[in-house]
Amino acid sequence: MTVYIADYGFTKVTDHWSKSLSELAFEASKPILDHNEVRPDALIVSNAYSEMTSSQSNLGPLIADRLGLENVEAFSVESSGASGAVAVHLGASLIKSGQAKTVLISGIEKMRDIEPTKLVGVQGLAANAEYSQFFGISFTSLNALLARIYMSEYSVSRDNLSAFPVIAHKNSSTAEHAQFRKKFSREEVSRSEIVSDPIRVLDCAPVGDGAASLLLVGEGDLVGDRSVKILASESSSSDPNTFERRHLLNFSSVECATKKALKASGKSISDVDFAEIHDSYSVLAALILEGMGFSKSGNACLDAEAGKFDLNGKLPISTFGGMKGRGYPVGAAGIYQFCEAFMQMNGKGGPNQVRKADTCLVQNMSGIDESSYVHILSKR
Amino acid sequence: MKSLVSIGIDGYGAYIPFYRLPTAEIARVWHGGGSGPNKEKAVASIDEDTTTMAVEAARIATEMAGVGQNLGAVFVGTESKVYAVKPTGTIVAQALGCHRALTADFEFACKAGTEAIQVISGLVGSGMIEHGLAIAMDTAQGRPGDDLEYTAASGGAAFVIGKAGSESVARILGSVSYVSDTGDFWRRQGEKYPKHLSRFTGEPAYFHHVETAVKNLFNEFDAKPSDFQYAVFHQPNPRFPVEAATRLGFTMKQIETGLLNPIIGNTYSGSSPLGLAAVLDIASPGDRIMLASFGSGAGSDAFIIEAMENLPSKRKLGIPVRTLLENCSRIDYAMYSKLREKLRR
Repeated sequence: MTVYIADYGFTKVTDHWSKSLSELAFEASKPILDHNEVRPDALIVSNAYSEMTSSQSNLGPLIADRLGLENVEAFSVESSGASGAVAVHLGASLIKSGQAKTVLISGIEKMRDIEPTKLVGVQGLAANAEYSQFFGISFTSLNALLARIYMSEYSVSRDNLSAFPVIAHKNSSTAEHAQFRKKFSREEVSRSEIVSDPIRVLDCAPVGDGAASLLLVGEGDLVGDRSVKILASESSSSDPNTFERRHLLNFSSVECATKKALKASGKSISDVDFAEIHDSYSVLAALILEGMGFSKSGNACLDAEAGKFDLNGKLPISTFGGMKGRGYPVGAAGIYQFCEAFMQMNGKGGPNQVRKADTCLVQNMSGIDESSYVHILSKR
Repeated sequence: MKSLVSIGIDGYGAYIPFYRLPTAEIARVWHGGGSGPNKEKAVASIDEDTTTMAVEAARIATEMAGVGQNLGAVFVGTESKVYAVKPTGTIVAQALGCHRALTADFEFACKAGTEAIQVISGLVGSGMIEHGLAIAMDTAQGRPGDDLEYTAASGGAAFVIGKAGSESVARILGSVSYVSDTGDFWRRQGEKYPKHLSRFTGEPAYFHHVETAVKNLFNEFDAKPSDFQYAVFHQPNPRFPVEAATRLGFTMKQIETGLLNPIIGNTYSGSSPLGLAAVLDIASPGDRIMLASFGSGAGSDAFIIEAMENLPSKRKLGIPVRTLLENCSRIDYAMYSKLREKLRR
C-alpha cells in the first residue's frame, strides 16, 4: 500500500503572541479539511514542548475537537525535534496497515508561551537528564563542544562554518512563511554575538511559533494530481550521551536511516534532487550532510562554500531556509519540511523553486542525532 | 482629554545623577565583551534615591514657576518608591515647605510621571487647585546580567502645572490615555528586581500601546505628525522610539532632541519627561511637541504641548538637560555595584 501526501497547510513561523496551540493548528489544518471535503480517520498531532510551555498535554483530543472532528482516533507524538517525522511515519503506518484510509497530521509548537530563561531548559530536555542536563549544560553548549571538536579535527574555520546560515537566510529571504527574511554575509554570521563559543547567534535556529499540517492518504480516490508519494520512511537511533559515542563526528543515526531509506525506496544517493535537512545549528548541517553521504567527512562546509547546496546547486538544501531561516517551532518543524517538499514537487516554489524536484530526501532529527528519520518522496 | 480651562506648564526641572556606567563595563563582566544598545547609563550614587532626586528636580521647577509654597498637589510617579508604604510626595512637599497639598505617589511603570501630569491638569482645570507639582523620577533596578541592566538608569523631571497664562512656559493642549491588561514587565511586592517577557515587551506591549495612543491623540485633536516640531517617546532602548516614530510618520529630526537613551539609558518613569525637558530647553515659542509615554502593564499617555512666549526667558532659571548630560564622571562595574547596593554585606 503506497502512502501519499495529498495536501498541506501551514502558518507563518513567527511570534504568534495572540494565538493558542489550537488556534494555530486550526489555521493550518482547516483549509485542508475544507478543500478535500474529507473527514480523516485519524489525527496525529506532533509537538515537542506543550506540557512545559502551555501546561497542555494530550493534544490529540484537544485539536480534534477544535477541528470539529468527532469520533476520530486522535493522539499526540513527541520525539523532540523529530516529532514531525515520527507523526508522518506513524500516519503512514496506520494507512499501510489498513487501520486508516486518511490521516491528518498536525504539527504545532508555541515556544513563545514560556519565558526565554525557562525555555533554555526546555530546549535541553532531549539530552540525557542524569548525565548531561544535571550538570547544567544547555543544548547550545553541547553543540558548541561538538563544533569545537569538528573544527579541530578537520581544520574547519569559523568562516567555513558560516556557509550554512548564509544559505539558509538567502533561501528564507524569498520565502513568505519564513521567520527571517534578511540575508546575511559570511562575515556577518562569523561576527554575530557569541552565544556559546564558537557558536554565534546566527549559527542557531531561532525561537518561534507555528503550525504545519499534512493530509496522508492511501491508494484510491483521494490521490490527486498534486499528490506526492512517500517511497520510504526509515529511522535509526543512537546514544543520547553524545560524548560517549564511539565516533563522535559520525552521525550514525542519520547515516543508518539514510541507507535504509534509500534501499527501501530503490533510489541511490545520486537520485536525490534536493534535501530538507535538520539544520538547527551550522555544525549539525555539516555533520548531517556528511553522515548522509552528500559530502566527504570534514568537507561539508567547503562544498557549501563552493555552491553545491545552493538553490541552483547540485544538491539544494533547506530550500525555504530550513530550520535556521524558515524557523524552528520544534514539534512542527518536521512537518514544515514535508510541506516545503510538496510545494517544490508541485512546482509551487516560487522564487525558491529548484530546477529538478522529482525525488526529495527529508531528514528530521532529535537532539544531536539521537534519532534521525529519513523520508524519500517522489512525484507521483 | 481636555480640560475646560487651558492648562500650562509654569516651570520644569530636570535631574540626572552625576555618575555614568559605560555599557561596555556591563558587557565585560556579564557577556564576554561588546556593549549594550546604549553607550552609557546614568547611575544614582549611594546617598541618592528617588526621593532625593525628586526634591532636586522639584526645587528647580518651583523656582522657575515662581510658586513659592503655593502648591495644591504634589504627586510623584515612580517605580522605585523608597517606601512601599509612605509617600515620597510628603517628603518632597516638606522639603519645599508645602503642607496644604494633596499628595500621592503614582505607579504605572514608566508612565507614572505623565499620569501625574494628567491628574494635576484635572485638579487645576476644575479649579480645585491653582498649581500642582508632577514629578517623574526613578532609580531603575537592573537585575545583574539581565539584558535590561544595560538600560536601567536613574533620573527624571518635575513639572509645575497651573492655568495657562502669562507665567507659563508651555501649554498642554490635551492628552489621551490607552491601557490594557498586558503583563509584559512587572515586579511583585518584596522582589528587588522586576521580571519581563523579553520580546513580548515589544509588539504586544510598547508598540501596540504607543501607536494606539498616538493615533487616538491624532483623531481626537485632528492632528498629524507634520503639525509638530518635536516628538518625544518613551525610550526603553535606543531603537524602539525610533521605530515607533517612523511607523507613526515622525522624522528623526523631530525626535532627536528628546532622544536621551543612547547617552543615559532608560530612566523609566523619568524617560519621556526628561525628553520633554530636553526639548523645552531649546524649543521656540509656538513650537508643538508630541509626547508619548509608555508604562508596562500596560498603557500609553500621549500629549500635545505647545511652547509659549515666556519659555526662552524662564528656562534660564533651570539647569539645561545638556548641562546635566555633560556634568558627569565615569565609573566601573565594581563602583556601580557598590553604589547601587548590589553587593551583599
